[in-house]
Amino acid sequence: MTSSNWQFDTEKSLVESHGLKLDEFEKIVEGLGREPNLTELGIFSAMWNEHCSYKSSKYWLKKLPTSGERVIQGPGENAGVIDIDDGDVAVFKMESHNHPSFLEPYQGAATGVGGILRDVFTMGARPVANMNALRFGDPNHPKTKHLVSGVVGGIGGYGNCIGIPTVGGEVNFHPSYNGNILVNAMTVGIAKKDKIFYSAAAGIGNPVVYVGSKTGRDGIHGATMASAEFDDDSEEKKPTVQVGDPFTEKLLLEACLELMKEDAIIAIQDMGAAGLTSSSIEMASKGNVGIDINLSKVPMRAANMTAYELMLSESQERMLMVIQPKKEELARSIFKKWDLEFEVIGEVTDTKKLILHMDGEEQASIPINILVEDAPEYQRDYIVNDPSPLISFESKDFEDKDILSDLLKMISHPNLCSRKWIWEQYDHMVMADTVVRPGSDAAVVRVHGTNKGIAISTDCSPTYCRHNSYEGGKHAVVETWRNIVASGAEPIAITDCMNFGNPEKPEIMGQFVECIRGMGDACSKLNYPVISGNVSLYNETNGEGIYPTPAIGGVGLIRDLSNTMTIDLKNEGNVLCLIGESNNHLGNSHYLSIIQSREDGGTPSINLDDELKNGKFILDCVAKKLLKSVHDVGEGGVLVAIAEMCISGMQGIKIDITKDFLHGFFFGEDQARYLVEVSQNKLEQIEVDANKSAVKIERIGEIGGTSISINSIGEIELSSLIDHHTKWFNEF
Amino acid sequence: MKTHVIVFPGSNCDRDVAVAIQNIIGSSPEMVWHKDSTINQSDLIVVPGGFSYGDYLRCGAMASTSPIMKSVIENANKGVPVMGICNGFQILIESGLLQGALMRNSSLSFICRDIIIKPTNTKTIFTNKSTISKMPIAHNEGNYFANSNQIKEIEDNDQIAFQYCDENGDINSHSNPNGSINNIAGVFNKSKNVLGMMPHPERAAESIHGCDDGRNIFESLLS
Repeated sequence: MTSSNWQFDTEKSLVESHGLKLDEFEKIVEGLGREPNLTELGIFSAMWNEHCSYKSSKYWLKKLPTSGERVIQGPGENAGVIDIDDGDVAVFKMESHNHPSFLEPYQGAATGVGGILRDVFTMGARPVANMNALRFGDPNHPKTKHLVSGVVGGIGGYGNCIGIPTVGGEVNFHPSYNGNILVNAMTVGIAKKDKIFYSAAAGIGNPVVYVGSKTGRDGIHGATMASAEFDDDSEEKKPTVQVGDPFTEKLLLEACLELMKEDAIIAIQDMGAAGLTSSSIEMASKGNVGIDINLSKVPMRAANMTAYELMLSESQERMLMVIQPKKEELARSIFKKWDLEFEVIGEVTDTKKLILHMDGEEQASIPINILVEDAPEYQRDYIVNDPSPLISFESKDFEDKDILSDLLKMISHPNLCSRKWIWEQYDHMVMADTVVRPGSDAAVVRVHGTNKGIAISTDCSPTYCRHNSYEGGKHAVVETWRNIVASGAEPIAITDCMNFGNPEKPEIMGQFVECIRGMGDACSKLNYPVISGNVSLYNETNGEGIYPTPAIGGVGLIRDLSNTMTIDLKNEGNVLCLIGESNNHLGNSHYLSIIQSREDGGTPSINLDDELKNGKFILDCVAKKLLKSVHDVGEGGVLVAIAEMCISGMQGIKIDITKDFLHGFFFGEDQARYLVEVSQNKLEQIEVDANKSAVKIERIGEIGGTSISINSIGEIELSSLIDHHTKWFNEF
Repeated sequence: MKTHVIVFPGSNCDRDVAVAIQNIIGSSPEMVWHKDSTINQSDLIVVPGGFSYGDYLRCGAMASTSPIMKSVIENANKGVPVMGICNGFQILIESGLLQGALMRNSSLSFICRDIIIKPTNTKTIFTNKSTISKMPIAHNEGNYFANSNQIKEIEDNDQIAFQYCDENGDINSHSNPNGSINNIAGVFNKSKNVLGMMPHPERAAESIHGCDDGRNIFESLLS
């Protein structure tokens, strides 16, 4: 439609400033049978933006495997739910807060944590662990330091205050994030299987209750902002970022969990992105009912707020509930005890419409189905680029390179160095159930009052995804699976956070499609379904998109915590063995990137049969108590993994191997591999077992001393390794 | 032994300390809501860690004026053992039960990690079983300060409870995580029935925590 034949009274510029396309506006008029008023236009804008409607991604997300014998709730609710035996469930989800965190890193990251916590306790679960996946631009970019400090401060500030441990995460640096950092926050909670709460409104005439903080003018249009690209004027969008109040969230958490013990809540929904609009509409839509709201009753922080502002505010720490009418006074008394707002603002109706009144006048009347089922859905054009070609490297390419000095350069690089500076700013021990602290492959948290635990890992290698989106998508899933296996846990399910550029560009859409295909294949093969997630598109600045980043958060179960594995080397005299095939794959490795400033050579391919076989072998060995420590071989390859095990356990090692291509062996990033520490008296048994299972095992060296020494090459003292490993952040 | 744990709306170590008390002392504490005003008959009152009322103002300042703190102060003055951990230490200082001040960490950032402390006076109800112990800290404002007159008074009266040290028990700047004066990690009141400490003994109270040195403080109270 061109401007010349625009036949509506509504200004075209008003439609566009609401992030709606002109044909989408036409669809609204068609559905309503009239033009929307300003409040209604705001509501459509909030519901139909990419962030809330998943209009570009929905078609492809449906292709992911989402069911399994332990899955109780898959995608579509506030968070996914898995069975962890004994009537217990784990509830989890990961969500992005990328755009706001770039504009205002402390508050953006803090409210990201606040939002994902609410998603989890809305389901009736007490949150027990926070995780995150963070990407920043070039370490030397002038904004990077400010953004890292702000984001880490915000995550810590929120989690520490509310008293949920932040037990781990991952951080990468790459120039593709110079203009769009990624802040993905994940929360895991524990609930009882028979006490899970959902969001479908029910019971005509039942009260719709608003609880939590008052509504202010903060965050209006936050979700719309998060559905657009950035340009040079993006700083002006700062007022769309919300401000977090973790203390109020703590009150809300305790009040909600207290009320959930009573038989009072019929439905509950967090007011997150698009606030009162999306929460009321989602509750009505899921319950196939209508909702009437009297906006005059909404607790307000500012004077003279309009219907438009009330519906679009993203003030934090608020919830919407439908409750049993008989329990209204009980519910009110609980929220009063916690000094929180509690107001009946509307009721469930049979009109299947969202009807809003304020000061006695109707402000909006929209059939729910137009907002939800009739929301735009696009099958966008896509182009799948050929994967970057594989390069086969040979020993002679590296003749002038010294392995030990290369190792020092690698472990001191921002992408591989110690993250202690970050996680020491997070309270990772509050609740006193943290079994494995940050810095191992997966964090492990005890299920309170039991001897079982939950293992959690977040991961993604965007460089792999950029150069081969299919293998990169597989890799992100497999890496978390392997981390969970390495902690001694049975991997169960994942949540995903799909961070990409502008989906209207076919190349970007092609990356999305291929990552999904890779993830789906890995999930199916490993019986490791997707149970929740979030999509963040338009991560672009001035037309330059980020690398495709499907961040994965995996969760597993350790039935007996005495089987928990960590990466730190335990005892002198034990032997370190490598499990899995090594084929010297140096393409797109950290070695090439850090030592040679090259980003080529191709993403390693993943053999899912080998992953399954080797992972099962590790878990069998754990069950037979054959292993002392385990570490997955990931970023940086075998020698970096060995260095991490030595530093973590304050143990040296004498490596004794014979290889034609030492650089390929030590720094190659072949998949499906683990390093395991075995005591001398179990060595024979594990080698026999490996042969029986057709799993490759090779002895690497004997633990002991105060250095890493490699036969025929030389040695480095542990103290030097530690200095290099911690230097970058210590000087931050 | 009858024990009480004070619960402010932003307390977040109340459950952790209750679990430790149950495991070590052998009976579960009574949880006392901040809006209550009396505690009768107690053998131990714990003011736990957390963010009492959000601590957007000076840490512990608001909590020190809460209804329940009047009763805590009365009990302390009667000689009932009172222990403040982390935010609880901050609240006891703001309440005037302990001397000094807790400033922002010298690094200006929150610190969560294991540290080592050495009991300075082992002749008290809280420390008679204490030795050099490893346990976690997790705070933003744990940098203890007292002026030279106060320090002299505290030292002369054996009121220093714990000092940060290294594995060998040496008290040096390297082992001080937050810049506290004289490496002070915890102090007593004059009569040694009130203890405030920044480290969290309840997070080092069973083998799964990786270290159970924190038990000795609760065990001291039993003997």
